[in-house]
Amino acid sequence: MSTATTAQQSPPAEKKSGRGTLYRGKEGMWSWVGHRITGVVIFLFLLVHVLDTALVRVSPEAYDAVIGTYKNWYMALGESGLVAAVIYHAFNGIRIVLVDFWKKGTKYHKQMLWAVMILWVVVFGAFFVRHMMLVLGG
Amino acid sequence: MSAQQLNIAAPRSGDIDPKYLRQSASSSSNREMFKWLFMRISGPILLVLIFVHLFSNLMVGDGVHGLNFGLVAGKWASPLWQIWDLTMLWLAMIHGTIGVGTIIDDYTSKDRTRVGFKVALYLASVAIIVLGTLVIFTFEPCMTDAAGNLMDNSPSFCFNQ
Ligand code: HEM
Ligand code: HEM
Repeated sequence: MSTATTAQQSPPAEKKSGRGTLYRGKEGMWSWVGHRITGVVIFLFLLVHVLDTALVRVSPEAYDAVIGTYKNWYMALGESGLVAAVIYHAFNGIRIVLVDFWKKGTKYHKQMLWAVMILWVVVFGAFFVRHMMLVLGG
Repeated sequence: MSAQQLNIAAPRSGDIDPKYLRQSASSSSNREMFKWLFMRISGPILLVLIFVHLFSNLMVGDGVHGLNFGLVAGKWASPLWQIWDLTMLWLAMIHGTIGVGTIIDDYTSKDRTRVGFKVALYLASVAIIVLGTLVIFTFEPCMTDAAGNLMDNSPSFCFNQ
């Protein structure tokens, strides 16, 4: 019933463009844009990450030299950016799975997006504080 | 104009002339279903694998300052971390390759462009999966140089052997 009423209330312009539906415009679309961008960023990182880890087959010195460049404050900001992307993509990915598989998923997709944002702030905040303290302290 | 003339089939209705399809309908939809499911099964597993990976490398002990050859040698001495990293490598690479493949499909309309990007993507992915797998299985903690001496920066346990 409630879905029928919301459909009636939405202005005609929104109906025509498909805005305000589950996918187009508003939260649904921006969460998807964010999911896409973070997915590509993590993938590109992973390609490079396997290459730098492969240096353990070259020599201990080569590996330590490259890993050593990760330990200053500006690289720490880059690592934090990557971790921010991973945390968003992971939590929003779970939301997508719930929307698709959980009976009430489509009904609560907005609430779940709020949950993703709140969890992101909490988990990333904790990571960032600890990571920066370790980087700057040591 | 009669109403009948305006009755154009929607693309998703399955009535598409086969000549406009990139593959036969049944094989392409099975593959799409497999990809769709794979993303949703690998995702939650990757969450656990990657969160633990980040936590154990960046949050415990000295964090990023503790990372060096010796730490990797210590971790890969245990089959648990070997299997952990191997699973993470394969799942993340396949998940990411399917994901980026979908994005290529979405933004390329010319067949030649699409095939070009996809071939490059698959070649890069296979190369990285093979390299990463070899690195885990051929890892040697106590490497020696041509003269047979332990290399610089070798983990301390190599000297006690
Ligand atoms: C800045 C964050 C990261 C740091 C500092 C880091 C560090 C490391 C280190 C030290 C290793 C060596 C082995 C081990 O510790 O288990 C490693 C291996 C690995 N990492 Fe990460 N990692 C990071 C982020 C990630 C992310 C986001 C992913 C997944 C998308 C990932 C996937 C892998 C894989 C698959 C391996 C094994 C590589 C191989 O088979 O040669 N890492 N990483
Ligand atoms: C951390 C746990 C992760 C979870 C829970 C997760 C979940 C998901 C889900 C559910 C999708 C949607 C698939 C669809 O719409 O059909 C997706 C898409 C995607 N994922 Fe992940 N994923 C994770 C990690 C990763 C990693 C490590 C990478 C990169 C190596 C990655 C790259 C992508 C890409 C490129 C897409 C395609 C986005 C699009 O089509 O718009 N994901 N992920």
